[in-house]
Amino acid sequence: MSEIDELFTELRGGGKKAFMPFVTAGDPDLEFTTAVLRELTAAGSSMCEVGIPYSDPIADGPVIQASYTRALEKKIRLAEILKTLGELKDLSAPLVTMVSYAICHRHGLENYVAAAKQAGVAGAIVPDLLVEEADELAAICQREDFSLIQLVTPTTPRERQKRIAEKTTGFIYYVSVTGITGERTELPPQLVDNVGWLREQTDLPICIGFGISTPGHVKLLAPVADGLIVGSAIVRRICEAGSGDRDAVLRSVRDYAAGLIAALDSRS
Amino acid sequence: MACMSETSTQKAVANVPDAAGRFGDFGGRYVPETLTRALDELAVEYDKAKVDAQFQAELNDLLANYVGRPSPLYHAKRLSQQCGGAQIWLKREDLNHTGAHKINNTLGQALLTLRMGKRRVIAETGAGQHGVATATACAHFGLPCVVYMGEEDIRRQAPNVFSMKLLGAEVRPVTTGSRTLRDAINDAMRDWMSSVADTHYILGSVVGPHPFPRIVRDFQSVIGREAREQSQQRLGRLPDCVVACVGGGSNAAGMFYPFVEDEGVKLIGVEAGGRSSTAGDHASPLTYGSPGVLHGSFSYVMQDEDGQTCDVHSVSAGLDYPGVGPEHSYWKDTGRVAYTECRDAEAMQGFDALAKREGILPALESSHAIAKAMEVAAGMSPDAVVLVCLSGRGDKDAAEIARLRDG
Repeated sequence: MSEIDELFTELRGGGKKAFMPFVTAGDPDLEFTTAVLRELTAAGSSMCEVGIPYSDPIADGPVIQASYTRALEKKIRLAEILKTLGELKDLSAPLVTMVSYAICHRHGLENYVAAAKQAGVAGAIVPDLLVEEADELAAICQREDFSLIQLVTPTTPRERQKRIAEKTTGFIYYVSVTGITGERTELPPQLVDNVGWLREQTDLPICIGFGISTPGHVKLLAPVADGLIVGSAIVRRICEAGSGDRDAVLRSVRDYAAGLIAALDSRS
Repeated sequence: MACMSETSTQKAVANVPDAAGRFGDFGGRYVPETLTRALDELAVEYDKAKVDAQFQAELNDLLANYVGRPSPLYHAKRLSQQCGGAQIWLKREDLNHTGAHKINNTLGQALLTLRMGKRRVIAETGAGQHGVATATACAHFGLPCVVYMGEEDIRRQAPNVFSMKLLGAEVRPVTTGSRTLRDAINDAMRDWMSSVADTHYILGSVVGPHPFPRIVRDFQSVIGREAREQSQQRLGRLPDCVVACVGGGSNAAGMFYPFVEDEGVKLIGVEAGGRSSTAGDHASPLTYGSPGVLHGSFSYVMQDEDGQTCDVHSVSAGLDYPGVGPEHSYWKDTGRVAYTECRDAEAMQGFDALAKREGILPALESSHAIAKAMEVAAGMSPDAVVLVCLSGRGDKDAAEIARLRDG
């Protein structure tokens, strides 16, 4: 059982849902990434998703793209990121990386999983690795008890959703919208029903991401999901840390996360 | 990769890619899940269109009567004389409607767009030739068209930007990254992530996720098929050597593909050598890069030790790209095509030679192939034939060349 499996077993036992913030590693620097991960965990996050900056992220909207660019402009390296994450092993929340296949492939799939695992990372989301191309990485992850979280989207046919669920470990990342990452005012009206359908096909936890930013979204989706992922709304706040008062940014991120977590806990 | 050594011992065949879009080890599909359904639909629809006599007849009619095909095969005698070796023959894709080979693919994909019932088209462009060809096909069929183009390319290929607008397309400047072709593809992909239900992305080169490399190669193969037939008719035999420039590699793929199984024909792909062999100074992934993943496929790419795509440089916007089509990687590793590079300065000399000796202004992209062909021809006997794909005309580059010379 992986760290992520244990987390969801515990949450489900207590009737709770996971809040999963996303931050970009090295934006504006790794020292701040460490600080913000600690704040987010202290505020009650169940798991944190760490974005490994990539030069050509086609699934990302302007906010996350810009954060990757800021980090890469400072020549950030994967080895430094993993070293920093390795120093956060005392965090109560498991960490998963959002990492492009270009990066995993370049390092070698075995090497990537070994290095991430050594740094205490519990799993990976590889947004450009489709289920057809995932066998090699999935076999390594299985052997290493490292979760390989795969994505389902509104354009994924239902038979294919089942196939993806069979090959996924940890949790299913349900992409709420047909599009790129970024805050949305409205989420698609069919979303709750569609996630409800997938829920009946699999016992895996389902976490919803893309577009989620308000307590209203949280209340709408919490009944049908095991967890919610919030990225751009947090990265947008972190953006100000580059030039402004870092403590103020940390407070703002913590307060924002705490507000969403309160909405998640108060839904029933 | 575990199986990297396999293709190097095999002979290149024409019967690629397989159902997963693999050319040997290369190709495949590395994109967000959101795009899978549209790519599957495109692959299925293309398979049907390929064997649909009506579709092929409609495309062939457009190629003949709208584009002006077949494009001529021209013996460049005074250029050949200057080199003092083999005869240089030019496949005149510059004489196509819109002035380059790009129209062969955009008309085909626009017909596929209609066939799939999609109502909007997006495209990326580097030199602007694919943007103009897409805007043209969309005007012809009455489809709305958005073209993504890097700001740097908008500056250096201004005439094509005007043309696209005159043809009714919207040109969206891309301000991220190096503001060139690579970033334009990123933004076109992002548009498609949201618009995929009613929009077709007319990708302009033999790059990207399966089935694009195959579709674009097939539509561009009209170049090589014609050239092969024209060679038989005019020369009574096949050429000794075929030369084409390679950015993403669409004109080269279209030119080479019909010759792949003609073992006596030497194939030479010319990458952009830029200013020097230092990383960042050129755009030659087949010469200096390594296998990796970019823009949805596994192929040679200029990348750093972490798999981040490197910045590249070429004087030519159409070749200024860090990746290359997966079939070229397959041809490289099987040894079927010899890939080499041509520096900016040599390409400019090729441009001058063709302009002054033949009265033809070649595109800066094609000038790379011209320069390399001149070098190759010089070392061959006078009865040998070097066939060059003159992929586009150079009117678009006149102002940029003047600026580079004055500066």
